[in-house]
Amino acid sequence: MISLNNVTKQFKAKSGTITAVDNVSLNIKEGEIFGIIGYSGAGKSTLVRMLNGLEKPSQGSVTVAGKEISKIKGSNLRKARQEIGMIFQHFNLLWSRTVRGNISFPLEIAGVPKAQRKKRVDELIKLVGLEGREDAYPSQLSGGQKQRVGIARALANNPKVLLCDEATSALDPETTDSILDLLLDINKKMGLTIILITHEMHVIRKIAHRVAVMENGKVVEIAPVMEIFKNPKADITKRFIQQVTDEEDTMDTVQHLLDKYSTGKVVKLTFIGETAEQPIISELIKELPITVNILQGKISQTQTGSYGTLLIQLDGDEKHIEKAIEQLETQQVGVEVIGND
Amino acid sequence: MIETFFPNVEMSKFWEKTYETVYMTGISLVFIFIFGILLGLLLFLTSKGNIWQNRVINWIIAAVVNIFRAIPFVILIILLIPFTRGIMGTMIGPNAALPALIIGSAPFYARMVEIGLREVNKGVIEAAQAMGARTSTIIFKVLLPESMPAIISGLTVTAIALVGYTAIAGIIGAGGLGNYAHQYGFVRGNNDVTLFGTIAILIIVFIIQFIGDLITKKIDKR
Ligand SMILES: Nc1ncnc2c1ncn2[C@@H]1O[C@H](COP(=O)(O)OP(=O)(O)O)[C@@H](O)[C@H]1O
Ligand SMILES: [Mg+2]
Repeated sequence: MISLNNVTKQFKAKSGTITAVDNVSLNIKEGEIFGIIGYSGAGKSTLVRMLNGLEKPSQGSVTVAGKEISKIKGSNLRKARQEIGMIFQHFNLLWSRTVRGNISFPLEIAGVPKAQRKKRVDELIKLVGLEGREDAYPSQLSGGQKQRVGIARALANNPKVLLCDEATSALDPETTDSILDLLLDINKKMGLTIILITHEMHVIRKIAHRVAVMENGKVVEIAPVMEIFKNPKADITKRFIQQVTDEEDTMDTVQHLLDKYSTGKVVKLTFIGETAEQPIISELIKELPITVNILQGKISQTQTGSYGTLLIQLDGDEKHIEKAIEQLETQQVGVEVIGND
Repeated sequence: MIETFFPNVEMSKFWEKTYETVYMTGISLVFIFIFGILLGLLLFLTSKGNIWQNRVINWIIAAVVNIFRAIPFVILIILLIPFTRGIMGTMIGPNAALPALIIGSAPFYARMVEIGLREVNKGVIEAAQAMGARTSTIIFKVLLPESMPAIISGLTVTAIALVGYTAIAGIIGAGGLGNYAHQYGFVRGNNDVTLFGTIAILIIVFIIQFIGDLITKKIDKR
């Protein structure tokens, strides 16, 4: 659906040449939700702006839905852009138009006749859940509602691809969740390919299938979201994962837990993918004469499975505890004995 | 009441002169609006980072605008005498004032239009480009509507300045209330006529300001 081949983008500035995107190659499949994460200035925006030709690559080629965006110009480029929706951090709505007027705008650009426009706008208003607010101006809407207008507008011409540049970064956590749910829903219903830029790992965890980590214009790591959580390679990736696993918080309380549960063994289980849904603990209790105390745990859902850690205390006969750990190790969970032996 | 306080005011003359002022202001305002928006758009679009970015053209337009803005209006009238004769065929009456009024005020208004356009959110222009809008669509459906409050309030300011210019033009022979206050009031020693003309000019200015503010407020949905 989307492919970038050795794409580099340089800007000439007074201070010299800035390489915003540095030799990036990517392939994104149809229907995929592809996340791009990186800190500010990593080159994420520049990268997606090359997908709809707002920026031209200095080197390399960009192809979206069979069209070589980096090559085409004029009316061909404008036509291609109508098939690529985009939403923005600050929504970028026309203040002078109502909700209806804003959603109608891309249809006017595409030359859709008035009667059809009205019908399509009504459909879109329903899709994004803005019934009753059709005639409001953007200044009368909340941030979440504005982004819904942004999404409706981006989808008006039935695009094949949706680009989201920090689309939830200006929203509070709850609104972020509802917007991400809407994007997921659209992805499932219409099979829309979504490219999502963010600096927040929880956004990636919640909706992305695959993720690319960017640093200094380079893609330093690219993998399915579960893989990234299971086995992060680059330091920057580990830092992003820490954003959502609160590792430090957990470790603070571990010592406290070890003191409190001083018998048996305290074990940390790391669940990845489907294993989180399997009845591992209950089987353990059924098969061995031991007690299992759950001390602490957090499981998060991602698009390709669950991810999380669980801290348990195994108490009972030494022999049986050894057996239990062996049994756990045969399952697809990470097992780490962290205390009391 | 008018007869007791303003004994020398002859109403038919007064209305004729009022009409001339409104006529000069109104006609020139239409042209100023058109030329001002055209020039303002050119100034904006050719400036750095915009769709038609072009340093040379931008420099030339900016230079012309600045020169015409800097020339005092009285001198502009004199400089334009041959030009006005050429296209209007006369140097007296309200029509003779039009070229100077338009050329004197359009650059001023163009600058205000440009300032308004610069305040249009860059992100919105970019969103329109990302939707595949052509430049004309961006001009007519994004730039102008999004800067409309500035365009209207700028027009109000220009119209008020214009009433003042018509008075100056009137003294030189173009008709209107300035001409009335000068020729029928000052020259004949009728201070009441001068005062009456002045009050009429003030009322026109207030009406323009009121209408301008009303429209600006009504269209601004920010
Ligand atoms: N139009 C531009 N001109 C000059 N430098 C730019 C331009 N756009 C982006 N940059 C630079 O490119 C780098 C990457 O920017 P950007 O793609 O916006 O990063 P991100 O979206 O990841 O925060 C930054 O150093 C930024 O200053
Ligand atoms: Mg950015």
